[in-house]
Amino acid sequence: MPFRCSARRLQLQRLPTPCNASRTVRAPWQCRGVASTANAEKVLFPGALNSEFTNTLEFLRPSKSKGAISTYRCLNQYGEVIDKSTGADTTDEEAIELYKNMVQLSIMDLLMFEAQRQGRLSFYMVSAGEEGISIGSASALHPSDVIFTQYRESGVYLQRGFTLAQFMNQLFANSSDNGLGRNMPVHYGSKELNIHTISSTLATQIPHAAGAAYALKLQNAGIVGRIGAPTAGEETTERVAVCFFGEGAASEGDFHSALNIAATRQVPCIFICRNNGYAISTPTSDQYRGDGIAARGAGYGIDTLRVDGNDIFAVRRAVKEARKLALEDGGRPVLVECMAYRVGHHSTSDDSFAYRQRVEVEDWKRRDNPITRLRKWMEGRGVWDEEKEKKLRSGTRKEVLRAFEEAEKQKKPNIKHAFTDVWEEITEEQRAHVSEMADILKRYPKEYDLEGYEGGAQGLDELLQKR
Amino acid sequence: MTPKTPSVRALSRYLLRPQASLHSRCHSKPHSRQYSAAAAGARLNMPLEYDSTPLLHHTSKSALANPELPEHIRKGQTKRINLYTAVNEALRHALQIDERVLVFGEDIQFGGVFRCTMNLAADFGTDRVFNTPLSEQGLVGFAIGAAAEGMRPVAEVQFADYVFPAFDQIHNEAAKYRYRSGSTGVHCGGLTIRMPCGSVGHGALYHTQSPEALFTHTPGLRVVVPRSPVQAKGLLLSSIRAADPVIFMEPKILYRAAVEQVPVDAYHLPLDKAEVLKTGKDVTIISYGTPLYTCSAAIAAAEKDFGCSVELIDLRTIYPWDRETVLDSVKKTGRAIVVHESMMNAGVGAEVAATIQEQAFLRLEAPVKRVAGWATHTGLVFEKIIIPDVTRVYDAIKKTIDY
Repeated sequence: MPFRCSARRLQLQRLPTPCNASRTVRAPWQCRGVASTANAEKVLFPGALNSEFTNTLEFLRPSKSKGAISTYRCLNQYGEVIDKSTGADTTDEEAIELYKNMVQLSIMDLLMFEAQRQGRLSFYMVSAGEEGISIGSASALHPSDVIFTQYRESGVYLQRGFTLAQFMNQLFANSSDNGLGRNMPVHYGSKELNIHTISSTLATQIPHAAGAAYALKLQNAGIVGRIGAPTAGEETTERVAVCFFGEGAASEGDFHSALNIAATRQVPCIFICRNNGYAISTPTSDQYRGDGIAARGAGYGIDTLRVDGNDIFAVRRAVKEARKLALEDGGRPVLVECMAYRVGHHSTSDDSFAYRQRVEVEDWKRRDNPITRLRKWMEGRGVWDEEKEKKLRSGTRKEVLRAFEEAEKQKKPNIKHAFTDVWEEITEEQRAHVSEMADILKRYPKEYDLEGYEGGAQGLDELLQKR
Repeated sequence: MTPKTPSVRALSRYLLRPQASLHSRCHSKPHSRQYSAAAAGARLNMPLEYDSTPLLHHTSKSALANPELPEHIRKGQTKRINLYTAVNEALRHALQIDERVLVFGEDIQFGGVFRCTMNLAADFGTDRVFNTPLSEQGLVGFAIGAAAEGMRPVAEVQFADYVFPAFDQIHNEAAKYRYRSGSTGVHCGGLTIRMPCGSVGHGALYHTQSPEALFTHTPGLRVVVPRSPVQAKGLLLSSIRAADPVIFMEPKILYRAAVEQVPVDAYHLPLDKAEVLKTGKDVTIISYGTPLYTCSAAIAAAEKDFGCSVELIDLRTIYPWDRETVLDSVKKTGRAIVVHESMMNAGVGAEVAATIQEQAFLRLEAPVKRVAGWATHTGLVFEKIIIPDVTRVYDAIKKTIDY
């Protein structure tokens, strides 16, 4: 925005008298441009200090570069460890736990998708094909690390200990929902698990993560005291922020501004992109023309890795290493792009066969997905078999259904929650609105069915009494 | 010998050194430019007299007489400072007493383009007072994230005109954070977003706007506009302390123009109270920020010419606003005029007027009049016919009284 910049400079010297800061503050990484001499080897423009002169006029052409950034993996499609020296970095028990969580997530997804089709839920979004990314990365983080998600990361909640009951309460927006029935289904949040509540607006959480990471950086360094009680059993005080988003969201301005500010402030933040090939109906070819999201990292000066998202061990190793990097030297951002394929529809409001071939999806389901790949590895180790699989699936199915029925039975939250928590306290204006609404409810009782709400039509009275 | 019109050589010298003014006399009188001077025969639209306006405390005694100030402040010292210094002092105090307070934005570190953050980076370190990249959505989003993790960020948007890239972050995120988090109790209430706003005589389309009405349409935010250094200091400290996200809009024309006696120690002013600046019995004028000075001048002329008595109310906090004080006044006077700089259409005046109509209908003796910017953009040379001036407020008083 050159116009704006010049306008600002103009403003700077016109409105107040020119500012000559009495003390200039300069951090060590800040550079000052020094005028170049005629035969200098390097250009000393302040905007690119390490740029060397060249006599060749050659455009940097990504289209002509050698190839895409490589995708890191530990396991091949048959569940075999490729590099025997590093192995899978896990115990059998731990791998089985991860597997169970992935299966639970996929079963919950199938049942909830069906429940929405039956009209029992208003909305749902599945994680099919991306279970490895959310569960793998969550397992590699510390429980006290702060997480921001987009919406297709239910596995993060599951891996961190969000219970089936909590999932179901949120989906039904019942009186036990910790979102107090205000959010659409799948917009989970948990203070105990250090995961911020999801909002539908795409990419807005990315700069939040950068800001949160900055808060953590100051706390890690002891510049600011630890805010909030440490999680039980927390042995380390150093924390990172983690942010999940899809490759479509990465086209938003918030992605750009977040990675840039994260880099300039050197915050301990891990940006995890789930590149699943589609943003609703838009294929990546309509989303970007560079080499995915990973190729952008270097442009911001951010350490970056591309990972096979169908390989949970690769995701775990990547995130573990990213966490170490993120905490190095007081903090720095890291970008991890997890490649995957969105096997399910975008949401229950979407029929993806309107824009992609059914056979393409079937092919992906059959050829490769994170669950079967881990299962193959476990079978290869001799720690898993068909019988265990059957038992796990039927058991999980029952558990999910039990939680589902339990949540469905519960009442909706008290209607006072329509008004509370907008500000810290109810405002005078709100009180007037509450009283007007309460009056309407009183005079037209048959027009509103509030039996299903906790406290019924009297819910608002509490707010009016409080004065 | 100084030529009357600058020569080409002087002009080129000026371009080489942009800090130097074309006319050396402009240094001492930045506001006495040709385009802001009064018309030859003007009686009402004279330059505003900040030195003598009754809206500013010219003596220590009057500043300390404010009953809203706590006892120890009223017994304390004052000093004469302008509005940007008052903002600076508030920030300094906030940084001093609370380690969670962060001050950042574009060009903050060297003191800010309006000098509001002078010396803060040097005194509190660049970990807490720092520059951000030039991206409003980024720096506001960053602030929300930091606030959600318990910090008290004070983010600056360089001009209110440039807040729009951050509109999504403010409206969809900051305002809704507590509500959507439900019983988890997570919120970003520690957030304060400061932005210079309003006209300066030559700001044209993008250095003039007052977008407060866009934020008063968003539940969950507090919108504050101070009119003086005393208010700027007390309201900014309250905003930083408040547990709700606050949009703090500083009328930039007052940064240097408004000078008054301000208590030296820190104090807080309430975020939910309007202030009656002058009592009267015939008509109530409700305004906030810079136009209050316009109103004050218009009232002086109108009272002299028509023998009427006008009550002047400063809203101070535009949202949630103090309905009680306004309604009490209008019920007493029976007439109301709302004055603000930004456009009339769906502006703050519409909300205030509608509330008065609804709550004081039987007491009204005239329609509620709105004196506001016209539904247009502020083209550079047209500002004086777009922004409400003394004549328009004067005429509104006349029309309302004669109705």
